[in-house]
Amino acid sequence: MDKLYLDHVSYVYSAGTPFEQKALDDVTLAIRGGCITGIIGHTGSGKSTMMQLLNGLAKPSSGKVLLDGYDINCDVNDVLEEWKKLPEYSGMSPRSAKKAIAAKIKKTRAKLCFRVGLVMQYPEYQLFEETVSRDIAFGPRNMGLAEEEIRQRVLEAAAFTDIGEDLLEKSPFDLSGGQKRRVALAGVIAMRPEVLVLDEPAAGLDPLGRTFIFEGIRNYQRKTGSTVLIVSHSMEDMARYCDDVIVMSGARVIRQGSREEVFAHVDELAETGLDIPQITHLMQLLRARGLPLPENIYTVDEAVEALRALLGLGAK
Amino acid sequence: MILSDIYIHAENLCFSYREGNGKEENPALRDFSVEICEGEYVAVLGHNGSGKSTFAKLLNLILTPTSGHLTVGGVEVTREDLSDEEILNLRKNVGMVFQNPDNQLVATVVEQDVAFGPENLGLERAELRRRVDDALERVGMTQYAKHEPHRLSGGQKQRVAIAGVIAMMPKCIIFDESTAMLDPSGRREVLDTIRMLNRDYGMTVLNITHYMNEAAEADRVLVINDGRLLMDGTPDEIFARREELQAVGLEVPQCTELVHRLRGLGIALKGDGISTPDACADLILHAYEKLSK
Repeated sequence: MDKLYLDHVSYVYSAGTPFEQKALDDVTLAIRGGCITGIIGHTGSGKSTMMQLLNGLAKPSSGKVLLDGYDINCDVNDVLEEWKKLPEYSGMSPRSAKKAIAAKIKKTRAKLCFRVGLVMQYPEYQLFEETVSRDIAFGPRNMGLAEEEIRQRVLEAAAFTDIGEDLLEKSPFDLSGGQKRRVALAGVIAMRPEVLVLDEPAAGLDPLGRTFIFEGIRNYQRKTGSTVLIVSHSMEDMARYCDDVIVMSGARVIRQGSREEVFAHVDELAETGLDIPQITHLMQLLRARGLPLPENIYTVDEAVEALRALLGLGAK
Repeated sequence: MILSDIYIHAENLCFSYREGNGKEENPALRDFSVEICEGEYVAVLGHNGSGKSTFAKLLNLILTPTSGHLTVGGVEVTREDLSDEEILNLRKNVGMVFQNPDNQLVATVVEQDVAFGPENLGLERAELRRRVDDALERVGMTQYAKHEPHRLSGGQKQRVAIAGVIAMMPKCIIFDESTAMLDPSGRREVLDTIRMLNRDYGMTVLNITHYMNEAAEADRVLVINDGRLLMDGTPDEIFARREELQAVGLEVPQCTELVHRLRGLGIALKGDGISTPDACADLILHAYEKLSK
């Protein structure tokens, strides 16, 4: 089963006013579990709206969002007939079964924000606690975990995001921009979400800061096997860190697949106003000028290998 | 270079932010000296906290230097007895576009937002109209003139913010990571706008950025580290110093990295700081043709 499934989802802002705008238009989409999926698309293509639908922060105007096959916005009347047959509710009167099912749905929904962790743009503006460790602990504490468990999780999240122990008792406001960003990320990771969704996690950071953030995210994904979604404009970062890629344009998904499958359609990406990695552009130029190079080169490492073979051969 | 060509002249500039208790923090700029000529297109690189933005904020007196000398457009900014008129002129001549467009828009209609600055100059109505229309056209936002800014996308908002600065007709525009929140096409538009303002209107441009590919488009690159000017040269000269850049938390464009690594494998390639795909393609083809002979 797909970890996340969007079933004919539409989302309309300001419906019924002159400003009505479709942010998502009949989007059907499957997201594989246990890998990193990149979502790319120009500004206003619907990426951020989609993110907010994934943990129930926003409800689709129509269609369903399924997490492990469960409709996260389901209503008691949608599931009543089906659930009544479950052993859990079988002995109950119809009225108390309905009540129990409604309570179950409510509880599931409340837990959703722990299962699907959202890291918004510029999350460091949301830091507020007196110390770094207390800020990271805010999520786990709200989950009602025991103090010892919270402490463990803070240390674990700090390790994933490369925050040294010396920083834990400092005020988050005394840190550099890149460090603050990592603390904000750690605060979400500390909830150990099954799905981690990040909106432009590296925007505004310098190259070293970018690398730190992306390595932290990959580290978390690889060690926990969780599902990660990254919204970004940087095709170079996407090519480097993502397994799958989804391309959005004009409120629709125009392409989805593995990194290789999607980047193979570079012309289409360029048409929708997106970039391709500089190295891929270079390979295109070289192929156009007659060099026999493979088409699936998206990182510097891959280009070095391909050119070494090509230029090394000529030397013999 | 004759003296009158110099637009920005900084000599041993120092600046420290003050903490809440009045004590000075570690200096954000130390003995910073640089000359920038009229009509130059300069990219400024440096990791977060290196002092890039501090330098920019000194140029139009958002901040005043702790010590040192700074002259902008022939006016010594660091003089004690600067008149109000001189300060106003400085601010008018050096426009700034910041990273987050939401913090820069003030009006409820796009064209009113663009008009906000020039309106305060007391211009004739016809001139105001002309400037606003012209500015909106240059950033490709004419069709949104009557829209509400808060309903625009991030990229569109940023273009409105740029129009607001252009409408002031400054001599120099500083872009402080203005493309950081934009998508690739939005970034392309802003960069093309920057290039056009520099080339067609002779505007002096400083582009503070974390994107090495953007820096490669400038005529000159400054690298600031730890409050000091670390490097100053053409993009090719700067990117040739790959190790030094990496040591201060920066990187080189992918093409530069590729050429460097191929050379490390013993493949003879010239051009250390090659940073654009076109130049890089020429280089590799040349090597390939030589080998096939």
